[in-house]
Amino acid sequence: MNQSPQQGSNRTGITAAGGLAEAMIAATRQFPPSSPGSALAIADVRIAYAREGESFGEAPPPSALLLDKLGERLAFERTGARLYEALLSKHRAYGAFPGGPRADDVLHILHEEYEHADMLERTIKDLGGDPTTVTPSANLAASVAAGLPQVLTDPRTNLLQSLEAIVVAELADNECWTALAQLARQAGQEALTEGCLEAIGHERDHLRKVRLWIAAGQGRTAEGGEGAADEFTFAENSPVDREGYVVSEEERAEAREAGGGSQAGKSGKGRSKRRGG
Amino acid sequence: MAINLLRDTGTPLEQQRFTWRDLVQAPYSKLRDDAFTRVRVILMNGIESEALRFSHACARMNGPWQAALAQVRRVEQHQQTMVNWLNPADQDPLETTIGFEQVAIEVTASVAEKEPDPYLAQVFRFGLLEDFDHLYRYSALMDRLMGKDASTLVQSYSDIVPGRPTVVEHRHPLDDLRKPYDRRRAAPLTKLHALTIMAGEHQTHDYYMTIGPLFADPVARQLYAEIASIEEQHVTQYESIIDPGETWLEKWLLHEAGEVYNYWSCVESEENPRIRAVWERFLDYELGHVRVVARLFEETEGRDAAEILPERLPEPIRYASHRDFVREVLRRELTLSAVGAEFVDREQESEATRTYRDHMNSEGSPSETVAAGYTWRPGTELTDPATRVRSLPPEAERRAA
Repeated sequence: MNQSPQQGSNRTGITAAGGLAEAMIAATRQFPPSSPGSALAIADVRIAYAREGESFGEAPPPSALLLDKLGERLAFERTGARLYEALLSKHRAYGAFPGGPRADDVLHILHEEYEHADMLERTIKDLGGDPTTVTPSANLAASVAAGLPQVLTDPRTNLLQSLEAIVVAELADNECWTALAQLARQAGQEALTEGCLEAIGHERDHLRKVRLWIAAGQGRTAEGGEGAADEFTFAENSPVDREGYVVSEEERAEAREAGGGSQAGKSGKGRSKRRGG
Repeated sequence: MAINLLRDTGTPLEQQRFTWRDLVQAPYSKLRDDAFTRVRVILMNGIESEALRFSHACARMNGPWQAALAQVRRVEQHQQTMVNWLNPADQDPLETTIGFEQVAIEVTASVAEKEPDPYLAQVFRFGLLEDFDHLYRYSALMDRLMGKDASTLVQSYSDIVPGRPTVVEHRHPLDDLRKPYDRRRAAPLTKLHALTIMAGEHQTHDYYMTIGPLFADPVARQLYAEIASIEEQHVTQYESIIDPGETWLEKWLLHEAGEVYNYWSCVESEENPRIRAVWERFLDYELGHVRVVARLFEETEGRDAAEILPERLPEPIRYASHRDFVREVLRRELTLSAVGAEFVDREQESEATRTYRDHMNSEGSPSETVAAGYTWRPGTELTDPATRVRSLPPEAERRAA
């Protein structure tokens, strides 16, 4: 099946309405606003409600922040697994496209999402937490990602359109695993830090692949090339550099002294061999 | 807190006022609050929704009372708003659906346990097992659509296992009509029970009809269509147990008394002090409504309101887990169906019901599809590697194995 939008009727723009839009614009001159001000009026109400101090809820003890973020990743990985299951259905319904994912590629990522969820569940238990708890960050992430299953499970979206939702999930995964690795390191959780770095490697790989598939589906491989898909957006102090190499604290300190900022380890000196992907 | 339905004045109607800021208060917390706070909010929204529905129907049939109905109804509108807006925005429509089904299980179980009329207790138990199954189907949907665990909402108070399978709940309309209580002989509690459960089920139906199309997934859309149809059957069932011989004013008075009874039940059980203050305020408002309608009833019908209302309220609704009761009903009554107003074993169902059901299910059953092989597990079924393999397409499953 075709993955590109077809040319056809679309009534949403004002040019499609012919002269009717001009009549609408004329009406706004004849009937001015009933109250003065701007969209800033809405901000005042938002601020007043925010100052009441109600929160979503709290993270359970012990080590609230780390458990909060572990809970967030666990919830996101479970949702992610369901997204990739839905993507498999798209693959079966719409078929592959040149340069797009094979079913095996999707399955490979799905299995890594399962593995990440298993690791997170074990870790939460080891830390004395309850992996079935919805932590505040997990709750927030669910609201952020609420549109993703809607895209993946809509029978009207094809494989390529579904990948546009997947790439949002993978970007969030890359950002949040990085933050989790830092929190784990700060908490002195060496095994967890290692686990996070391994997951970051997988997630970098997922993002790179999804970007390449989307690029192929849109027929834009010529200008960007594979390098375009390797460009990541990083959090400050990311433990992974632009090429996806894991950077140690020492390397980062060294780079800061040399004025290299967060992109430490560019020289390759002392790099870990944990290449992302 | 002791309530005297015949004497307590509550808040006078003219003092029942709101502002928009007042109507939109901070919601309860999905993470922090007890599941029964959500259950109470969802039920009370249904109770107020029924107050409006009844009031409009009554106004359309009774010109002389339109002014009184309009004044009380405006307050009920704003009560419903304040209550319904206590639902938090981070509780998505499917999560709220889980809350609706927990209402239908735990509140109906409380009612069924306390109902003095044995036939009506059977009616409530019959509906209970069907809603109990809906919780299981929607939980499977939540797990399989979003990778989320419904137990985070029911907080382990209610079991997530199959009840009377939704696929066999579809009956011919004539097999959903029951026998009404007799308005002259029925206990006041029977009347309050019937109104409460009818209101809850009607709102459940309306909610599913509103949010069903918000889902993109075709199985989710089908499941809401299927369960909304059962909720319509339940509304048909529960409104048929109410004596149609009650006068309009008698019904109005009972509605207001039912609202008092329900707000009072909420006050008696609510742990969140901010939400309890809402229940207390509206308990006083409803006592004010009872006074208005009782006066109108007495002036119009020349009867004492004490003929209709008890002086003291019966025991409150028990907002707690009814696990043992539900399991016992499951064990005894799972295979029940109905022919007309009588309950029979499924083998004795009417031809009309069989024909209707067979046709509705002839192109597949959404409730069976969504929960195919589904066993609830803490943290979703994804925590079980064997289940994960079974969820993959056949060729992928072979590779994974």
